[in-house]
Amino acid sequence: MLVAAFVMSVPFPALGQESDQGVRVRLQYQDAESGENVPAVGVVFSVTQEDGTPVGDGATDDNGEFFLAVESAGRFNLTIDPTTLPAGVTLRDPERATLTVTVDAGRAASALFGLQSGEGGAGADESDTLRRVLQLTTEGIKLGLFLAMGAIGLSLIFGTTGLVNFAHAEMITWGMFIVFLVEGFAEGIGLLPDQKLLTIALGALAALVVGGATGWLMNRFVFAPLRRKGTPLISQMVVTIGFGILARYVILYFFGGSSRFFKSVSGQSAISIGVVDITPSDLIAVILSIVVLVIVGLLLQRTRIGRAMRAVSDNRDLAESSGIDVQRVISQVWSAGGALAALGGLFLAQADQVLWEGGFRVLLLIFAGVTLGGLGTAYGALVGCLLIGLGVQLSTLFIPIELKNVGALLVMAVVLLIRPQGILGRKERIG
Amino acid sequence: MTVPILAAIDWAQIVQLTVSSAIGVEAMVFAMAAIGLNIHFGYTGLLNFGHVGFMAMGGYGVGIAIVTWQLNPYLAILIGVVFALVLALILGVPTLRLRADYLAIVTIAASEVIRIMARSTTLRGLTRGAEGLNEFAGEYYSLSPFKQNLYEWGPFFFTGNNLFIVIIGWILVILLAVMVWQLMRSPWGRVLKAIREDEDAARALGKNAYWYKMQSLMLGGAIGGMAGMLQVIAKSTVQPDTFVPVITFFIWTVLILGGVGRVWSPIVGSMIFWGLLALMENLLRQFVAEGWIPPSLMDSNQVGIFRFILVGLGLIALMTFRPQGIFGSREEMALDAR
Repeated sequence: MLVAAFVMSVPFPALGQESDQGVRVRLQYQDAESGENVPAVGVVFSVTQEDGTPVGDGATDDNGEFFLAVESAGRFNLTIDPTTLPAGVTLRDPERATLTVTVDAGRAASALFGLQSGEGGAGADESDTLRRVLQLTTEGIKLGLFLAMGAIGLSLIFGTTGLVNFAHAEMITWGMFIVFLVEGFAEGIGLLPDQKLLTIALGALAALVVGGATGWLMNRFVFAPLRRKGTPLISQMVVTIGFGILARYVILYFFGGSSRFFKSVSGQSAISIGVVDITPSDLIAVILSIVVLVIVGLLLQRTRIGRAMRAVSDNRDLAESSGIDVQRVISQVWSAGGALAALGGLFLAQADQVLWEGGFRVLLLIFAGVTLGGLGTAYGALVGCLLIGLGVQLSTLFIPIELKNVGALLVMAVVLLIRPQGILGRKERIG
Repeated sequence: MTVPILAAIDWAQIVQLTVSSAIGVEAMVFAMAAIGLNIHFGYTGLLNFGHVGFMAMGGYGVGIAIVTWQLNPYLAILIGVVFALVLALILGVPTLRLRADYLAIVTIAASEVIRIMARSTTLRGLTRGAEGLNEFAGEYYSLSPFKQNLYEWGPFFFTGNNLFIVIIGWILVILLAVMVWQLMRSPWGRVLKAIREDEDAARALGKNAYWYKMQSLMLGGAIGGMAGMLQVIAKSTVQPDTFVPVITFFIWTVLILGGVGRVWSPIVGSMIFWGLLALMENLLRQFVAEGWIPPSLMDSNQVGIFRFILVGLGLIALMTFRPQGIFGSREEMALDAR
């Protein structure tokens, strides 16, 4: 035991290890008659290691859930037995009866099997590629919009203060957990099982308010004093890193390392719009994010506050000498950035999962989007994130899914080589 | 109330674990990595936020050379260094002309690209994916003069292999620190510091700032790679998920704690960092085990996490109240890069 304390154990990643290391599936389908989501009960799964060694099998329980604990992290093949599906229900894509999942140490890996009821039937073969491109384009726009929610704040904070805020990732994660807490509260007062829409709307509102307040507080009590002291930007950047680590592990401390899902939106099955499948909650989140981004654009373009933000972002000294209260504008930018990031966290988590490092996982994509669009410009951040989102998703046509983020990061490097100021950035000396 | 608690703590064990940690493998590896980062940031002003990428390249260089390519273990060390140098070149060519914050973003992105690639099935033939390359350090340990399983000195004990790698590692760390000390007193080192202070002025004096920065990136990167090698040899395994971005930030904390731009600061910083972490962790573990901290507040699982919260707090406090760390001078190192 004591020897073990000295012999180096793997120092970091095995944090928050809980007993839920394994493979997880939730299986639901839309009942053809009632239109409601019904768990698929008693569907048999088998799990093998990647080399084919059997690990175990089992069937979904009454909630349509299947979980198999695995002893070591790694990649596993999960095969569904389509003959055990409820009558009239088939796999949406019969070729995807076996999925490969990667189990990280201490975490459960989820796999998604698309089910359909009724005759439906998969589309004809010749239109499959086109359908896939359209589907991936939709996914890409979705991801891009959600990323942009976080990116605009990051970019505006950089524009007005010159600070690259590494803690922006945790402002996104914070948004996820604000909604998670609201859901717990809603459950406590009996709101949740029935009033799903109301719950998630309250969650979104709370994310906006609390996220905005968090941004304001961070500026008011940490970064405004640092600026007053004349702390160099690099030191401030290290402080944001410290903040990021602090917040990430505080969240891990209190909420644990397992992934969670919003009860008010989970288990929805996708609806088809034309040839594209999207879950209702994704669709609402996409529409909402477009609305929010348009509002942000209008505010930036039409209101005094927005103009002041752009002016400070453009040329701080000039803005200050024309009578703009720069510190107030910076404070507003932090508040708005915090609110948008938290809302972005909600959108990202409803499509994926609530996780202590959820924001950190997308931080590099957001950096890539912001850099691509041009650091310091709000519209650049939007354009850049949309391109990154599309790039990430569409690149899976050519490269394995596990490498999709690599493609996006390489694109960023190439753009920096050719056009260091980004797509919408103004050319100035940056070297 | 407090006195019986203090008396009940097993201080001998606490001291033993703290000291063991302060001179252990992790402290040694981080000291070496921080020496590399010190060349980048402390002496040249390069904002490298992807230092763990160099460690990964060094570690995977050794692992791939021995396990996948079946090469001689001494050649493998050379290959590890070459891997790190190649990364420095690939990173430096596009980014050293850019402003500091761009370099920061590109380097952290590069370190993640390396990790994701290493764990991907695409490169499985080379890196064995998420499970990594294992059991390759035997050849090195066959050199070890410490053949016993366990060596004890009073309360301290080391496994033979551990003792071997720790001693070799610390000797290397000291040699590297002396080398850095000499280099930075040389004309070459003075050019690096001039670039840190004012790149345009250095350029105006006819120095090729770009090429000097590239040399700095390669030297520091190679040292980072060596740190990565020692880490994987110590564990006899190289796995992608030991090279996560937070490691880079830990190395930064070590460097800032010691004092940026000082020869001995990486060593002292690393020993204090790991010593403090072990001290906190084991004190808290005893508190939890004795029930002085109610389980509802902290369980043994959360003790490990709590250390990281302290790292975050410590980093903020350091930057706010003592940015020069233990050894640095506030005037010389205003912690600004270009």
